Amino acid sequence: MADTKIADAFVEFERVQKSYDGEVLVVKDLNLSIPKGEFLTMLGPSGSGKSTCLMMLAGFETATHGEIKIDGVSINNIPPHKRGIGMVFQNYALFPHMTIAENLSFPLEVRKIGKSEREAKVKRALDMVEMGDFGGRRPAQLSGGQQQRVALARALVFEPELVLMDEPLGALDKQLREKMQFEITHLAHELGITTVYVTHDQTEALTMSDRVAVFDDGRIQQIAPPDELYENPQNSFVAQFIGENNTLSGKVKSISGDQCVVVLDSGEEIDAMPVNVSEVGQRTTVSIRPERVEFDKSRLHADAHTLKAEVLEFIYMGDIFRTRLRVAGNDDFVIKSRNAPDQTRLKPGEQIEIGWLPEDCRALDA
Amino acid sequence: MSETTHTGPVLAADGTPLKKSLARALRVEKMRALLMIAPLLLFVMFSFIWPIGEMLFRSVDNREVGEVLPKTVAVLKDWDGTSGELPDETVYQAFTADMLVAIDAKQHTKLGRRLNFEKTGISSLFRKSGRKIKKLDLETDGPFKEALIKIDKKWGDVETWKAIQTHSVNYTNGYYLNAIDMQRTPEGVAVQSESKRIMMTLFKRTLWMSLVITGMCVLLGYPVAWILANLPARSANLLMILVLLPFWTSLLVRTSAWKVMLQQQGVINEVLVWLGLVATDDRLVIINNATGTVIAMTHILLPFMILPMYSVMQTIQPTYLRAAKSLGATNWTAFWRVYFPQSIPGIGAGSILVFILSIGYYITPEIVGGAKGVFISNRIAYHISISGNWGLAAALGAILLAAVLVLYWAYDKIVGIDNVKLG
Amino acid sequence: MKFTKTLMATTALTMVAGVSGAADMADEMTIVSWGGAYSKSQLKAYHEPYAEKSGVNIINDDSSAEAVAKLRAMNEAGNVTWDVVDVVAADAMRLCDEGLAMEIDADTQLADGDNGMKASEDFGELLVSDCFIPQIVYSTTFGYRTDLVGDTPPSKICDVFDLEAYPGKRSLEKRPINNMEWALLCDGVAKEDVYEVLATPEGQDKALAKLDTIKDSVVWWSAGADTPQLLADGEVIMGSTYNGRLFSVIEEQKQPVAMLWDAQVFDLDGWIIPAGLSDERKARALDYIMFATDTQRLADQAKYIAYGPARKSSAPLVSKHADLGIDMAPHMPTDPDNAKNTFLYNYEFWADYRDDIDAKFQAWLAK
Repeated sequence: MADTKIADAFVEFERVQKSYDGEVLVVKDLNLSIPKGEFLTMLGPSGSGKSTCLMMLAGFETATHGEIKIDGVSINNIPPHKRGIGMVFQNYALFPHMTIAENLSFPLEVRKIGKSEREAKVKRALDMVEMGDFGGRRPAQLSGGQQQRVALARALVFEPELVLMDEPLGALDKQLREKMQFEITHLAHELGITTVYVTHDQTEALTMSDRVAVFDDGRIQQIAPPDELYENPQNSFVAQFIGENNTLSGKVKSISGDQCVVVLDSGEEIDAMPVNVSEVGQRTTVSIRPERVEFDKSRLHADAHTLKAEVLEFIYMGDIFRTRLRVAGNDDFVIKSRNAPDQTRLKPGEQIEIGWLPEDCRALDA
Repeated sequence: MSETTHTGPVLAADGTPLKKSLARALRVEKMRALLMIAPLLLFVMFSFIWPIGEMLFRSVDNREVGEVLPKTVAVLKDWDGTSGELPDETVYQAFTADMLVAIDAKQHTKLGRRLNFEKTGISSLFRKSGRKIKKLDLETDGPFKEALIKIDKKWGDVETWKAIQTHSVNYTNGYYLNAIDMQRTPEGVAVQSESKRIMMTLFKRTLWMSLVITGMCVLLGYPVAWILANLPARSANLLMILVLLPFWTSLLVRTSAWKVMLQQQGVINEVLVWLGLVATDDRLVIINNATGTVIAMTHILLPFMILPMYSVMQTIQPTYLRAAKSLGATNWTAFWRVYFPQSIPGIGAGSILVFILSIGYYITPEIVGGAKGVFISNRIAYHISISGNWGLAAALGAILLAAVLVLYWAYDKIVGIDNVKLG
Repeated sequence: MKFTKTLMATTALTMVAGVSGAADMADEMTIVSWGGAYSKSQLKAYHEPYAEKSGVNIINDDSSAEAVAKLRAMNEAGNVTWDVVDVVAADAMRLCDEGLAMEIDADTQLADGDNGMKASEDFGELLVSDCFIPQIVYSTTFGYRTDLVGDTPPSKICDVFDLEAYPGKRSLEKRPINNMEWALLCDGVAKEDVYEVLATPEGQDKALAKLDTIKDSVVWWSAGADTPQLLADGEVIMGSTYNGRLFSVIEEQKQPVAMLWDAQVFDLDGWIIPAGLSDERKARALDYIMFATDTQRLADQAKYIAYGPARKSSAPLVSKHADLGIDMAPHMPTDPDNAKNTFLYNYEFWADYRDDIDAKFQAWLAK
C-alpha cells in the first residue's frame, strides 16, 4: 500500500530500507509523504519497524538505502543536532541534574540565544503546558504527567517545525493518558507543527491522528485517516490490528460487482464485500466488526444469508453488552450491542441466528 | 486549638498508651533484626573497631617505663634535670632496686629498646649494664651512684637520666611529635634536627602522589568505563574480564612486570631507542622514582576506579544523549553538559576508593619507588617490622586516618557525600 | 535458656577441638624460614633427615622477613604457633632483648663438634646473642658485570665509589647498614675506627656526604633478588647483595657476573626458639636444634647453597654442590682467599644506632 506522492510534502521517505545486521531488513522499501501541519501516527506491534523509522528521521539511525527529505532537502548526511527536530521520548529523558527551567533553557543555550530571550521563551513554553510554577524543581520532584508536559515543552521551546514523539504516554495511567492525548493534539494543531507520533496503542492512534500509518513486518500496511482505517481495512492484518474483529475463513463461491458469496469451512454460506479477492475459488478471511453483527432477523435483508450461533457467554460492560458466540466452529465470535432499554439480553445456551449487511463483511486475503 | 481537650498520650484500644504498645509490637522485630546483624557487628567490632582503638591507644601509651622502673620514676620526679647536676643516691638506689626486679623478669632489655628510640645508645647501656647490675646486692653494695657509674660511665651522664625522666609519663605525646618531625625533650616540645626530618616530606609526598594517581585513574578509567557501559553485553563482558585481569594476578607479579617494562634496558626504553626517539645513552628514567610509583599504582588501582564509574554509567540511559542531540547539542556539548554531570557520582566513588587505597599502599612504592617514590606507609611498615617502634607506627597511622577523615569531610562539603554511588 | 545452652555446647565443642588440635601437634612442628632456595637447602639438609629420624612432621612457614613483628603480635595475643624460627642475628638480638626468644645454653643444649670441641668454642664469637644459634655465615658483597666494567675489573670496595673509572649505575640496599661503613672506609677512615666515627653525627654526615657523590648513579634495592636481576638485565654494572644470590647468578644462570669480595660484610643467620612454648613443644624444638646444628648437618647445607657453615668444625666437611658438582669451598665467603678483608656486622652498634641513622639516611634519600 505505497503512499502516493503528495505535492506539498514536508517530510518524505523515498524507498528507505534499514538493516542492522546485513541479513534482515527491518524496514522494507518505505515510501511516505507527510504534508506540513499533519499529525501522523506510526502504529504497529513491536518489531514492526515504526520506531526505526522515527529514529532514522531523528538522525539516530542511518538509512541503509533510500533517502529521507525534509522540506525537499535530503537529510541523510545531516547530524541529529542540526536537523532542528523536536523530540519527546518514552521515558521523557529530562536531564535529572538540571532544574525544569534549565532543561528547557538547554536547547536555547546551545543555539546561543541571549539570556533575556531565553528566559522569556522558557516561561512561555512552561505556561503553555501549565507548568509555569515548576521552573525551579528537579525532574525527580515531579509526577509522571508533569514530567510529560515538561518533556513536551522542552521539545517545543525552540520552535521546531517538526516534532517526533516516541510512545510518550506509555508510562502514564489510563486517565492521565487520555487527558494528555487531547492536550497534545490540541497543542500540535494550535501551533501548526508537523507531528510524527509512534505508538502501539491503536486507540491512541485513532483518537489523536490526522492519518495513521499501520506498520507490520517492516512495511506500511495501510495509511489512511482513522475512520477509513477502521471502516475499510485493506487487509486482514489491519482489520485485526485496528479495533476488534471477528474472522471466519472460507472460499469465494461467486463474485458479482461489490458483492460476493463465501463458503465457510463449515459449509455455510455468507455474504461479503470483496476487498482483495478477485477470483472464484480463492481462499479468504472475512472480517466483521462485532458491533455490525445483527441477531434481530427483522433488521436484516429478507434474502440475506444467516448463520446459526450458540450463546456461550454474556458480559455486562455498562455502556455495551458483549456476547460471545459459537459460530461456524469459532468459539470466539463476539458481538457488541448498545445498552438501550429495548435491547435483548442473550442468555448462555440460547440458539440464535446472526447476519449482517454484505458491505460490513469484508472478504480479505487469507 | 480549642477542640484539643484530651492532652494526655494517645491510647490504644485496650487503654495502654499507643507509643508503648507500638514499641512492644516492634520489639520482636527489632530483636530479630539485631540478631541478624549480630555476627557482622561482632566481626566488625573485633576486626576493625577494636584494632583501630588499639592503634589509637598505642600511639599514646607509654606505661612501660613506669611499670618497669616504678620506684625510679617516683623519686626522679623531684630531680631538676635542667640544673645540670646528676640525681642523688636515692635515685640510683631506687633504679638499682627496679633493675634487679626487671632483670629477673627480663624486662630491662625491652625497656632499653624502648628508650633507645629517644636516646641512641640506651639499648646497649641497659643490656650491658644488666649483666653486671644482676650481681649487685641491694643490702651491701651501696652506694649505688658510684657502683653504677663504675659499671658504665653513661650512668654518670645527665642526659641519660633526662631521657628516662622525660619519657616516664604514662601517656605521651612523644610519638605524635616524632610523627610530625618534632620531639619531646626535657625542655619541652622541640623541632626535630634538620638531618632527621623526613615525616612531613613523606606525608606531603603521599598525599600529592595519591592525588596524581587518582587523577591518572580518572583520566584513563573514564573512557574505558564509558565504552564498557555502552558496548553490547557480550563484548562488554570480554572487556570487563580484561579490566579485572589485574585482580587475578599477584600484586608482586604485576609490580615486577612493570620493572621489566620500565627499566632502562626495559621494553619501553628499548622500543623508544629502536624508534630513534631517545638516544641509547639517554634512556628515560621511569622506574625507581616517583614516575615509576605513579605508573605502577595507577595500573593496579585502575579497576577500583573503573568499576564504580561503570556501574554508575550503566544507569545513565542513552536517551539522555539522544535527547540532548535532538535539542541541538553537538556530541561534545551533549557529553559535557548532560552525560558527564550524571557520571560524577561514579567518579567521586572511584576517586575516594583509589585515593584511600593509594595512601595506604606500601608494597608497590617499595618495589618501584626507589628513593623518591616511597610513601609514608613505607615508614609505617619500617617501624612495624624492622625498628619495632609500634608507638610511632601507630601515631603515623592515626595521622593518616585523620587525614582521610578530613578529606572525606572536605569531599562532603564540596561535592556532597550523597553524590557518591557504587551503582 | 536455650540460647545459653547452645552457647555452652558450642564453647565446649570448641575446647574439645582445641585440645584435640594440641594432641595432633605432638608429632608436628612449625619451622619458619625465608622461603625459596634457602628453605630448600634446609629441607634437604635438616628437615628431611630429621623427619626420618624422629617421625615429626615439619610444617614450613616462609615468614622470617616479618618474624619480629609476628612474634611480638603472637606474644601479645598469648598464642605462639611457631616452634623454631630462622632469623638474622640482629633480629635474634631484638627478640632476645624483648623476651620473645628463649635463652639457649650452647654447651648443654647443643651437640659438641665432631672433633670433641664444646659448642660454645666451636661457634666461637658467632654466638652473638644468648638466644641465637648461628647456622650459616653469609655475606653482603658486590657482584659486577664482567662485560660492562672495561678492561680492569673492580678489585677494591672503593671502586664502587669511583664513577670515573666505572661509570654506570650500581645498586645498593635501601638502608644505612653496610653502606655507611663502606662509605667511611672509602672516605679514608681506618677500618678499626669506622664504628667510632659512625657513632658521631659528624661521622654520619661524612658517610652520607661520600654516598652523595654516587647518589645519582644508585639504584636502591630492598629485596635480595633485586641486584641479581638488575645485573642480569644490565641495568646496573655492579651491585651489593647476598653472596649466595650472586653464586646462583654466576654458576647456575651462567651470567657474565663476577664477585668483588673486598670488604664483604659477614652476617649470621640462625635459629631461635620463641619464648613461652609448652614444655613438650620446647623439648621438641630443642631436640630439632641440637640435630640441625651439629657439625655434619651444617656442612651438608653447603651442598645446596653457597653459605658458610657457622661451626669451625664443619668447614673441612664442605664438599661439592649437590646438582652442579662444583667444589663449594671457593664460593664460601669464609674461604681464606675471599676473606682477606671482611667486616662482621656490628650488632651491638646497629642495635643502638639503627633508628637514629636510618632516619637520617631516609631523610638524605628523600632529598
